[in-house]
Amino acid sequence: MSNDIFVLIEHRDGKVSENAYELLGKARSLAAAAGGSVTALVLGQGVGNMASSLGAANKVLAVEGDSVAQFTPTGYVNALTPIVETGNPLLTLVPNTAVGIDVAAGLSAALKLPLASYAIGIEIADGLPSIVCQTLGGKINTEVGFTVGRGIVAVNGGAFAADDGRIEGQPLVETLSASGDAAGVVFKRFIEPESGDVDITKEDILISVGRGIEEKDNIELAEELAEAMGGAVCASRPVVDAGWLPKSRQVGKSGQTVKPKLYVAVGISGAPEHLEGMRDAELVIAINSDASAPIFGAAHYGVVGDLFDILPALTEKIGEAG
Amino acid sequence: MNIVVLVKQVPDLAEEFEVNSDGTELDEDCLSWVLNEFDDHALEEALHLKEETGGSVTVLAPGFEGVEDVLFTCLAKGASKVVKVGDFDVSPDSHSIAAVMAKALGEIAHDVVLTGVQSVADLDGQVGPLLGANLGIPHVSVVTHVSINSAAKTATINQEYAGGVLGEFEVSLPAVLGIQAARELPRYAPVSRVRQLMKTETIDEVACDVGMGGGLVVKKMSPPEVVGHAEMIEGDEDEVSEKIVAILGDAGLINK
Ligand SMILES: Cc1cc2nc3c(=O)[nH]c(=O)nc-3n(C[C@H](O)[C@H](O)[C@H](O)COP(=O)(O)OP(=O)(O)OC[C@H]3O[C@@H](n4cnc5c(N)ncnc54)[C@H](O)[C@@H]3O)c2cc1C
Repeated sequence: MSNDIFVLIEHRDGKVSENAYELLGKARSLAAAAGGSVTALVLGQGVGNMASSLGAANKVLAVEGDSVAQFTPTGYVNALTPIVETGNPLLTLVPNTAVGIDVAAGLSAALKLPLASYAIGIEIADGLPSIVCQTLGGKINTEVGFTVGRGIVAVNGGAFAADDGRIEGQPLVETLSASGDAAGVVFKRFIEPESGDVDITKEDILISVGRGIEEKDNIELAEELAEAMGGAVCASRPVVDAGWLPKSRQVGKSGQTVKPKLYVAVGISGAPEHLEGMRDAELVIAINSDASAPIFGAAHYGVVGDLFDILPALTEKIGEAG
Repeated sequence: MNIVVLVKQVPDLAEEFEVNSDGTELDEDCLSWVLNEFDDHALEEALHLKEETGGSVTVLAPGFEGVEDVLFTCLAKGASKVVKVGDFDVSPDSHSIAAVMAKALGEIAHDVVLTGVQSVADLDGQVGPLLGANLGIPHVSVVTHVSINSAAKTATINQEYAGGVLGEFEVSLPAVLGIQAARELPRYAPVSRVRQLMKTETIDEVACDVGMGGGLVVKKMSPPEVVGHAEMIEGDEDEVSEKIVAILGDAGLINK
């Protein structure tokens, strides 16, 4: 049993992902509070090279082998299970992403360790971790502890500052060969998304529509406002899944990350996965009929009302002003 | 091809949530239950797979409030058979659901198991990968495309990452797939059809011990204390629009 904090480092094409720095920064303060150290777990081939950008960790465990050359849930879980079992850390932090979801659950089941997901806050008091999880679409925060006093935490993107973990250095590197295999899952290839007609990451003004827009034909209301303001239209995931706008216009966790000067969120509830893609916009105005929609927590200005009344009126007033 | 879909009912986010007096549970009297939207996508994808490969779609749901409505809705959408698993007093956590489903699947043939990638009620991880791990079969989450290869020995699937990048994998069957989005929007089941099926069809039941839970202790539930809550703009649509124009003008985003 140790008071160490283990961190799963997500990476692609030899580059450490942003979420890894967010986790490492938090891990440092948790390790200090618990009196342990931070171990970064990096799985792949030749991954020891990444150690110099992982200076926030006291130690980098480079786990190498064919079964982890590319991410697969089975390969990662089989390689990590004995490592987490032996190290028995106070906390194992994984990102709550496509990579982390399967790893966290796989480790929890294999090691009978509790798992707290959607974490946005972690504290340690008297040696015991306490985790705040974002639940119910961001409408309720649920604070939990572990019955056995230690466990696995899947952390939401953007919960902690990446700058705290982006530290150059020469941590101790230990190389292990991966145990187990990638039984039953074979990685084939990456498929890059098609680029769209408009690059929403380069637009200063975005009018973003959500499921509240109700149907494809209504997107025109947002197009008209965007045109009056010299901006572009983007959307939440359900609008894209419905085929009303192309994938290249999707903002969020599985879409684009945008930082426009103005982001007008129309009929968007503000689910955590959406906020991940727009929380750094300079000015956010939200229009929603539900006064308790979480988007109002992420906006600078809010209007509680019906978008079908407000959009046309706003387009008209902007036209008059311009 | 035996296709199994796991679904569950979750609190409707359109409702106001209230926390009970000791602050550790939602007041269930204020909740209305709806089918988890990602499970609806899993069912939709399963129905397409059934059309392509033949076979059947069996839908399993944990037994607690609202389960009948959800399962009859699945039948109305085209499921071949629906099964209620276990009997819970309160909405069960992901570890408990995965445990009862693993037991139920000991007796129910499954070449592939589809479920929603997550639900708004998840706290202790997601059901799909926990079930895969319990059964000792491969699990992949955040899946957007499923095609079953010849002889149903493997499936080719896409896992979605940030920016819309996809990873293509070949997965040995049986496997558990956490579906993010079906190839088409989930179909709609007319209420009249659901009502009719309630009279003519039955729900199968599998009795199971309801397990030990996931090892979390809930200390407190509360609406988030948002530091930077939006400044609210009041008025009718014209007043609101004028105020927004003024704000945009001050920010130099439009000409005043
Ligand atoms: C792994 C994963 C990745 C994801 N990635 C993304 C992502 O990249 N981007 C993304 O957006 N989502 C993503 N999601 C989905 C996310 O969880 C939510 O389901 C989604 O963001 C909800 O979209 P929405 O706000 O448009 O719809 P809803 O949550 O349904 O909200 C609609 C809103 O419209 C309001 N409304 C309705 N009618 C009106 C009206 N007439 N006037 C004003 N307001 C009205 C309602 O009050 C409500 O708040 C992801 C989910 C998962 C599991």
